[in-house]
Amino acid sequence: MHKSVRDILDSAEFKHLVTTRWRVSLTLTGLLFVLYYGYIILIASNPHLLSRRVAGSTTVGIYLAVAVIAGAWALTALYVVWANKRYDPEVARLLTKVRTD
Amino acid sequence: MQTTLGSPTLSAVVWFLIIVLLTLAVTYWAARRTRSTRDFYAAGRSVSPLQNGLALAGDYMSAASFLGIAGLVALRGYDGMIYATGWLVGWPALMFLIAEPLRNLGTFTFADVVAFRLRQVPIRIAAAFGGILTLLFYVLAQMVGAGNLITLLFGLRYEWAVFFVGAVMLAYVLFGGMIATTWVQIIKAILLLFGVTLLTVLVLRQFHYSPGELYSAVASRYGQAALEPGGLVTDPVDAVSLGIALMFGLLGLPHILMRFYTVPDARAARTSVLYATGFIGYFYLIIPIVGFGASALVGRDVIRKVDSGGNMAAPLVAELLGGTPFLGFIAAVAFATILAVVAGLTLAGASALSHDIFTHVIRKGHASEKEQIRVARLATIAFGIVAVLLGILFKGQNVAFMVGLAFAVAASANFPALLLSIVWRRFTTAGAVCSIVTGAALSVVLILLSPTIWVDLLHNAAPVFPLRNPAIISMPAGFLAGIVASLLTRDPEAEVRFNDEMLRTYLGIGAE
Repeated sequence: MHKSVRDILDSAEFKHLVTTRWRVSLTLTGLLFVLYYGYIILIASNPHLLSRRVAGSTTVGIYLAVAVIAGAWALTALYVVWANKRYDPEVARLLTKVRTD
Repeated sequence: MQTTLGSPTLSAVVWFLIIVLLTLAVTYWAARRTRSTRDFYAAGRSVSPLQNGLALAGDYMSAASFLGIAGLVALRGYDGMIYATGWLVGWPALMFLIAEPLRNLGTFTFADVVAFRLRQVPIRIAAAFGGILTLLFYVLAQMVGAGNLITLLFGLRYEWAVFFVGAVMLAYVLFGGMIATTWVQIIKAILLLFGVTLLTVLVLRQFHYSPGELYSAVASRYGQAALEPGGLVTDPVDAVSLGIALMFGLLGLPHILMRFYTVPDARAARTSVLYATGFIGYFYLIIPIVGFGASALVGRDVIRKVDSGGNMAAPLVAELLGGTPFLGFIAAVAFATILAVVAGLTLAGASALSHDIFTHVIRKGHASEKEQIRVARLATIAFGIVAVLLGILFKGQNVAFMVGLAFAVAASANFPALLLSIVWRRFTTAGAVCSIVTGAALSVVLILLSPTIWVDLLHNAAPVFPLRNPAIISMPAGFLAGIVASLLTRDPEAEVRFNDEMLRTYLGIGAE
C-alpha cells in the first residue's frame, strides 16, 4: 500500500461511499418505520378500516398483516441488491486503487 | 375431542429420542473440530450464508413464538396476527443499521465492537453486564416455558423437564461449542419449518386449500370479530413502545449478534440476514393459519381446557389432523426448539463471561488459547447451572413479560452503545458506560412500575408508569445518556482510532 490511511479517509470517493451507504440505509429504515408503525397506528386510530371485508370474511387487516411481512422482506432484499450491485464494486475499486497507486 | 396430550406416547418418545440422538451425534462430530477459540465461539468463521440464515432463524423462532402465537391467534383471532408481524420487523433494521459493521469490527462478541477504540476494562464490564442481563431475562422465560410445555406435552415432572433441558443443551455447548450449536439450530429450524408447513397444508386441505374458506369457517363459529383488531392494540403509544422493543431489541440480542462472526465476511453476513428474514417471515405468515385452523377445527373451549394460555392449540390441531404420530412429531419439534434456543443463549452468556470479562478484564487480553477455552467451558457450566436454577426457582410464576423485558433491555442498553460506537467519532468511554447503565436501569425500573408488574403481579391499584413496555422512553434515554456523557468528556485517542474503525467498517480492511 503506497497511499496512507489518511489519504483514503480524506478522498472524496470514500466520503461519498460512506454518505451513500447511510443515505440508503436510513431511507430503507424510514420506509420500514412507515410500513410497520403506520400499520400499528392505523390499527389503534382506525380499527374500522381494518375490519372492512374484502372478499367473503377476509378483512383488510389480514391483507395488511401479510403486506407488512412481505414488505419487510422486500426492503431487506432491496438492500442486498443495492449492496451487491453498487456498494461492493465501489469498495473493490477503492481497494485496488489503494494497492496500485 | 379425546387427546393423548400430557402422556408420553410411543411416537412422541421415538421422535424425541431421534432428535436428541441426532443432535448429540452432531455434537460428537463438532467436538472433534473444536480446537481454537475461533472454533468454540465462531465455528471457525466457516458457516455459509444459507447455514447461518437457518441458524439465525433457529435462534430466533422460540417455542413461545411457535406455540404462543398459534395459541394467541386461536383464542384471540386477528390480534395474534398483529403480534406476529412485530416479531419480524427487527430483521430489516438489523440489516440496514448494524449487520455489516458488526461483522467487520468484532471477533466474538458485540462488546468487541463497542470496545474497538474505547478503554477496554470499563467497556467490557458494562457491555457484559448489559448482555448478561438481557440473556438472563431471556433464558429465565425460556426455562420456565420449557418446564411448563414439556409437562403439558409429555407429562414429565416440571423439575425433571428443566433439568433435562439444562443437561442436554450443556452437552451441545460444552463439547461442540459454536459448531455444534449452529448445527443444532439448523436441524431445529428445518424441523420447525417443515412441521409447521405440514400442519398448514393439513389445515388448508380441510378448506379446499383456500384461506378465505378457513376465515369464513372461523367467522361463522366465533363471529366476524375474530378477523378484526380486538383489544391488543388500543393505545397507540403503548403499541409503538412494544414495537420499538421488538424491532430494536433484536439489534441488541447477544446470541443473535454473535452469529455474525461465524460467517467469513460482511457480504456473507448480509446474505445470511436475507435468508433469515425469508425463513422467519414465512414462519410468521403461516403460523396464523395454524392458529385459525385450531379454532375452527378443534374449538376454543377445548384449547382453553387443556391450557388456558392457548399454548396447546398447534399440538391439538396436529393430533386432530395427523393422529398421535403427528402429535408426537410436533411435540418433539417443540422440544428441539426449546433446547436449541437455550443452547444459543448459554453460548452467548458464556462468551460474555469468558471472552469479555476473563480474557479482557482479568487478563487484559493476554491469555493462552488453551486457557481461554478452559474458562469458556467453565463459564458455560456456570451459565447452564444458573439457567436451571432460575427455571426451578420461578416455577409456576407468570414470566411471559420477561421476554418483553429482555427485548427492552437489549434495545435500551446494548443497541444505543453499539450504534453510537459505529457511527460517531466523538463517542467516549464514559458515554458508552452511561448509555448502557442508563438504558438497562431505566428499562428494568420502568417495567417494575408498569401495569405488567406493578398492577398485574403486585396487585397495586394503579401503575406508576403507564406503559406496558418501557422502550419508547428507555431507548431514547440510552442514546441521550451516551451523547451527553460523550460531549462532557474527551477521548482524543479514540477519536484518532476512529480512522482505523472507519476503514474496517466500510472497506473491511483488517477485519477478521
